[in-house]
Amino acid sequence: MLFTLRINGKAREVEADPQMPLLWVLRDLLDLKGTKFGCGKSFCGACTVHLNGAPVRSCVTQVSSVGSAPITTIEGVATSALGRAVQNAWLAVDVVQCGYCQAGQIMSASALLAKNPKPSDADIDKAMSGNICRCATYTRIRAAIKQAAGMPATDSRDTFA
Amino acid sequence: MMPANDTASVGSESRRAFLRASVAVGGGLLLDFSLPGMLRARDNSQEAASTLNAFVQISNDGAVTILSKNPEIGQGIKTMLPMLIAEELDVDWASVHIEQALSDPTRYGQQFAGGSRATPLNWEPLRRVGAAARQMLMSAAAQSWSVPVSECDTESGRVIHRPSKRSLAYGRLASKAALLAAPDLAQVTLKDPKNFKIIGKSHPGVDSPLVVTGKPLFGIDVTVPGMLYAVFVKSPVFGGTVVSANLEAVKTEAGVQDAFIVNGGAVFNGLGNGVAIVGTNWWQVNQARETLQVVWDEGASAAQSSAGFAKQAVAISTRAPGAKVVADGDVTQALGAAAQRLEAAYSYPFISHATLEPQNCTAHFHDGKVEIWAPTQNPDAGRKIVAKTLGLTDADITIHMVRCGGGFGRRLMNDYMVEAAWISKQAGAPVKLLWNRQDDLQHDFYRPAGFHFFKAGLDGAGKLQAFSDHFVSFGENGKAAPSADMGANEFPAKFVPNLELGISFMPLGVPTGPLRAPGSNGLAFVFQSFIDEIAHAAGQDPLQYRIDLLGERRQVGAFDTGRMIDVLALVRDKSGWGRRKPPKGSGMGVAFYYSHLGYFAEVVHATVAAGGKITVDKVWVASDVGSQIINPLGAENQVQGAALDGIGTALGQVITLENGKVVQSNFNDFLLLRMNQAPPIEVHFLKTEHPPTGLGEPALPPVLPALCNALFAASGVRIRSLPIDPQLFA
Repeated sequence: MLFTLRINGKAREVEADPQMPLLWVLRDLLDLKGTKFGCGKSFCGACTVHLNGAPVRSCVTQVSSVGSAPITTIEGVATSALGRAVQNAWLAVDVVQCGYCQAGQIMSASALLAKNPKPSDADIDKAMSGNICRCATYTRIRAAIKQAAGMPATDSRDTFA
Repeated sequence: MMPANDTASVGSESRRAFLRASVAVGGGLLLDFSLPGMLRARDNSQEAASTLNAFVQISNDGAVTILSKNPEIGQGIKTMLPMLIAEELDVDWASVHIEQALSDPTRYGQQFAGGSRATPLNWEPLRRVGAAARQMLMSAAAQSWSVPVSECDTESGRVIHRPSKRSLAYGRLASKAALLAAPDLAQVTLKDPKNFKIIGKSHPGVDSPLVVTGKPLFGIDVTVPGMLYAVFVKSPVFGGTVVSANLEAVKTEAGVQDAFIVNGGAVFNGLGNGVAIVGTNWWQVNQARETLQVVWDEGASAAQSSAGFAKQAVAISTRAPGAKVVADGDVTQALGAAAQRLEAAYSYPFISHATLEPQNCTAHFHDGKVEIWAPTQNPDAGRKIVAKTLGLTDADITIHMVRCGGGFGRRLMNDYMVEAAWISKQAGAPVKLLWNRQDDLQHDFYRPAGFHFFKAGLDGAGKLQAFSDHFVSFGENGKAAPSADMGANEFPAKFVPNLELGISFMPLGVPTGPLRAPGSNGLAFVFQSFIDEIAHAAGQDPLQYRIDLLGERRQVGAFDTGRMIDVLALVRDKSGWGRRKPPKGSGMGVAFYYSHLGYFAEVVHATVAAGGKITVDKVWVASDVGSQIINPLGAENQVQGAALDGIGTALGQVITLENGKVVQSNFNDFLLLRMNQAPPIEVHFLKTEHPPTGLGEPALPPVLPALCNALFAASGVRIRSLPIDPQLFA
């Protein structure tokens, strides 16, 4: 079946099985490899993209359910100033270890900040706990989110100074 | 402490042999050396590059390319190894371009990611590689100027003749330098560390800009023209074989081109048994598994279960150990004479590596050769398996090392590599093999479970006089299964006058293998937890009790008690141990562990709320990994990640065997640590006069017992089995 998807501001035509998850349409039919496969069942968040600006797990989002809603992937997140700020914060804080989950982390973080420009530590926990980092770079993900938000890196949970 | 057998196969070559190999490489390939594939992505100016040795190329316009020889798995090696070369080459870090080397040990020496070995193995040799290239550039300049080389120096990519104040950029000298004989690596002069400009400064990961923008970097991202996709459905019971399968029905499924049976026969790190489904679309070939019906011969392992092993271990524990690992003094007599005796049974489960990028590999078999793109920690070992299985020679196999979405030891095994090569050969096309998450969790080389039965005897002063452990582990014919052994140096061996460590083996039909800090990741938990019990029984401070047990500052084999005492003192100071009074329901725990040549002491502050909810509030890490932290930003990241990895293991991870099969199938039942569970971590490095050592692993082992000891301090409940059961606190 032929679909016209709005991906990163461009219309992309793609012939796909209606049940095919958006993840595999992006990766293998449209060659947008930045969105990652981790679990296939929405448990890990590696496949997170924005649909209408909200974070969704593309591994369980059937292509036929997307319609004309705008999709943003890691390849397109830098088109917004906020997306660029998040990417830059990720680099400045040196978050990355293996890096495999980081596209999904950045998509969840940029969606969080778009909605909540000054998140608390509890807000960060809530928005980011669906994204697994197997290298456990959580300390730096938290710091990078705060840096992107223009907040001090202080961890409010750390009362042990 | 790290059992030697786990990494011997990847790390046995000596430093001397590495130096010899590099001399041959640097000396023998200067004139016509080229790296096919390396030049592919270059612009024209860089094609005029001159090769100074296997690792260093300098183009006429001055661009410096350094090859990184080891697999990148998230440990930051692609940044760290080139820093060593660039420092001694004396170039600006910003001017350096880094490329991943192919797998070719004849050119680069050992190329593997394991055992936290990269720092100790390469710290000196790779600096010598950079220094040798610098010396060649100085010689070329000295010839150009007809001055003695002793009058030349370098600075930021230029050779300088101090007396005449002349200078030449490396780019102008490179083609001339490349014609010179390479100096003897053993004779080149290295910088005084106080003059380091790159080493010791923080450098973000060189590929991170590509990661955060979603560029294709990982094994799963590889695309080859004409490539097909494959899944390989393996026997759910390890070692089971395919009797028959409805291949014709599977072949009619959308996107499927071919389906065939593979009975490779290997259970451990080779081509196993199963059904390959190949087609034009991975999602569709994976969906076709729903149609696939296989008749398996499950084989002997179908009777094995985690519950069965636990029961068997208790029965075995009542008998004498199959072998004595250490027997000092007279434990029986000393226990009899003890003023206070303790007994405790500890255990930990099988766990999976669960790299977030599932196992995958792309292979193209054609004309009797195979080209492979593999996320692997151990490419040359994979080459050997592919060669043996497909009847090829090593020279027939080209391996591109692709960035790994996590390693943790899983990709030291190359089962997925040989599967991809075999399926490509059968399919007659390039193939990307990708496992799904269930494949990945159910076909791992698991961290083996372990069962420990401890006894201890204390004298009237609380001093430990007798200690014994009967470790019921896995193995056959007196030989431990991979990563299931215990060494004779396991602390407190050699620190208690009467001590016995014994081991017994249960046969196991399930593959096991090294997982981050192999051996140590389980042994640290049981030994440092039981020592905590002993300290509490003695009525003494658990941190001071450990210092007292370490005793005089001295060398005990490879272990330096003074270095461990110092990190214990440091973590005491930094964490406020003994000065801080945790609120009710909270507590602090401490543990130390020596592994991978690193000295680590860690304190955890944890809280148990009414109802049993556990919160890990904070972790303090104190370590001694020698004289130099090469890349501080990367080092801290590794230590924080390792400590959190250990906390995740303790809080939630278990692989359960039932009827020879793994029960867990995804991240809803194999639980990885998440953001809301990750505490702040403070990392402190104590710099000492010892050669620098590795950081991928040694921060992990002590955090597990430190956490469990903190939970005891908080609640009075002693955790003797992992993962931590919150019901115990309810």
